[in-house]
Amino acid sequence: MIEIEDVTKVYHMGSSEVHALRGVSLDVNKSDYLAIVGPSGSGKSTLMNIIGCLDTPTSGTYRLDGQTVSSLGDDALASIRNRKIGFVFQTFNLLPRQTALENVALPLLYAGIGRRERRRLANEALERVELGDRAQHKPTELSGGQRQRVAIARALVNQPSILLADEPTGNLDQKVGGEIINLFERLNRSEGVTLVLVTHDHQIASAAHRQVEIIDGRIVSDRSR
Amino acid sequence: MDWIEITTVAVDSIRANKLRSFLTTLGVVIGVCSVILLVSIGEGMRAYLTDIFAGMGSNLLFVVPGKRDTKGGGRALNTVRRLTLDDARAIRQRSQSVVGLASRVVGGGTVEHESLSRDTLVMGTDEEFLEVHNMRLASGRFFRREDVEGKHRMVVIGQTVADELFGSHSPLGQSVKVSSARFRVVGLMESKGQSLGFDYDDMVFIPVSCALDLFHQEGLSAISAKAANQTNLEPAIEDIKRILTRRHNGREDFTVVSQADMLDTVNKLTHTMTLVLLGIASISLLVGGIGIMNIMLVSVRERTREIGVRKAVGARRRDILFQFLMESVAISMLGGAIGLGLGTLVAHAISSIEPDIPTRVTLWAVSLAFGFSFAVGVFFGVAPARKAAALDPIAALRYE
Ligand SMILES: Nc1ncnc2c1ncn2[C@@H]1O[C@H](COP(=O)(O)OP(=O)(O)OP(=O)(O)O)[C@@H](O)[C@H]1O
Ligand SMILES: [Mg+2]
Repeated sequence: MIEIEDVTKVYHMGSSEVHALRGVSLDVNKSDYLAIVGPSGSGKSTLMNIIGCLDTPTSGTYRLDGQTVSSLGDDALASIRNRKIGFVFQTFNLLPRQTALENVALPLLYAGIGRRERRRLANEALERVELGDRAQHKPTELSGGQRQRVAIARALVNQPSILLADEPTGNLDQKVGGEIINLFERLNRSEGVTLVLVTHDHQIASAAHRQVEIIDGRIVSDRSR
Repeated sequence: MDWIEITTVAVDSIRANKLRSFLTTLGVVIGVCSVILLVSIGEGMRAYLTDIFAGMGSNLLFVVPGKRDTKGGGRALNTVRRLTLDDARAIRQRSQSVVGLASRVVGGGTVEHESLSRDTLVMGTDEEFLEVHNMRLASGRFFRREDVEGKHRMVVIGQTVADELFGSHSPLGQSVKVSSARFRVVGLMESKGQSLGFDYDDMVFIPVSCALDLFHQEGLSAISAKAANQTNLEPAIEDIKRILTRRHNGREDFTVVSQADMLDTVNKLTHTMTLVLLGIASISLLVGGIGIMNIMLVSVRERTREIGVRKAVGARRRDILFQFLMESVAISMLGGAIGLGLGTLVAHAISSIEPDIPTRVTLWAVSLAFGFSFAVGVFFGVAPARKAAALDPIAALRYE
């Protein structure tokens, strides 16, 4: 489903260059559960952003569901993000003035789905993360764990091929983080959602089916369980 | 694209910053307010003047003593020969193109009846006055040629004067004093109301011959002439000039003014006022637009993360573009609506304080106001909205 071939990413900082990725190749199959680990600054987020079509590689190719996306324009990428990818961030990234329901419905808005259908699907997604009773709450009225579950519901609402999570538990305490991971596992196990997550937590990483380690922009190990 | 959603987001954003949004609208408020005033006063003026001139008949010419330039400037300094009753008579007898003629002398005077008196305008004129000026009597009769020639002491009074001096009684046949001379009331004018600062109801009319004696004058204030041809006044103007110039020893020491000339002068005045208000309007719309642009740039910066989130979940460039464009248009239209309300209020206030300046808020003015504010919102909103639309999603998400 995800086919990455010899992808590099170079950031230009004035006269100096930062090589965030130095030739990464990675295939991810449907219903995989993959954890990416590695030290800080090793290029994990950079890779996730490329997988999530938020960014494009400097060189190399990236095919998603057989479609080469590494050379697409802004709007085409936006459309792929909308239809195929659910992204969960460390900092939740919910819109503060909108309710949980409105936040969850946001991808549906840009998918051109009608008002009533948006509400129905968003409510369904909130039920899946067990937050059906918090639909009308604003993010500030929710706990950290609840916010992240709203963000997950938003990532799921469009029935994406892959769910990407960049340190989803980074801003949560151990117990709540564990609940979030359990939720991910359940989604992967019972609904077959393809899951790629970045984490610093070894316990979380070892629970994944497959563990990829990145150091200094290169994949140094790729172990399946 | 879901326009309801886009509008809702724009309105939410405006409501989240009520004071800021309100202050931002002020420029547009003032701009639109001036546009409304401009158009409503202009429209009112036009309606008012059309009314007056339609009532007088467009084939009316005025001959006044003194040579003025065509732009309607002041009197020339050199001594001016008066216009006399003989001049008027000459025009009446010799011109084929003039079908009606009224000599006029105007002066102030006190009209008394028993213990009541009123200071009013006394117009000395002749038998053709009503015909020439399209005016009518309510009752009684006007003086005839023999009354004018025989200096018969008779007076026709206006409605206001009648009300003041006689109340509900009929003034016909009564005796009044006009500037201490005794006159008999023979007619009552039909009410005509004010026009061009001239209150035809607060006036009395006496034979021009009596008026010249009463005011110890030899010259007329003006001669009104009615041209035979409704559309082409030139033959009448030429006739009057030729006849009077010959009588005045070859000097054209008088001026023939047509209604078109007067309308022209008034139009020039309105035009100047329009330009001034238009200047104010465009400057405030410009300043208002810049204010909106400024606030929108701030808004884009403040909501960089929001833009990042929207893009991350699939918003395309135009989704973001229209969202911010909608917001600037909403702010601008809000200003337009406030300006419209304020302008209408001021327009009504002006007409109620000063009935001489009629105003009229037309549908046209309303659409103009909204058109302007819409255009300002779009024009000054495009740059910030494009900036928002072009943001890189990752950079936007990382923005603190
Ligand atoms: N926009 C950017 N401009 C310049 N350099 C960048 C940019 N984004 C990332 N980098 C650099 O690329 C390298 C990889 O960054 P990346 O965010 O992928 O690391 P990471 O593995 O996610 O680290 P962490 O675990 O701390 O989140 C780092 O050296 C970083 O400084
Ligand atoms: Mg990172």
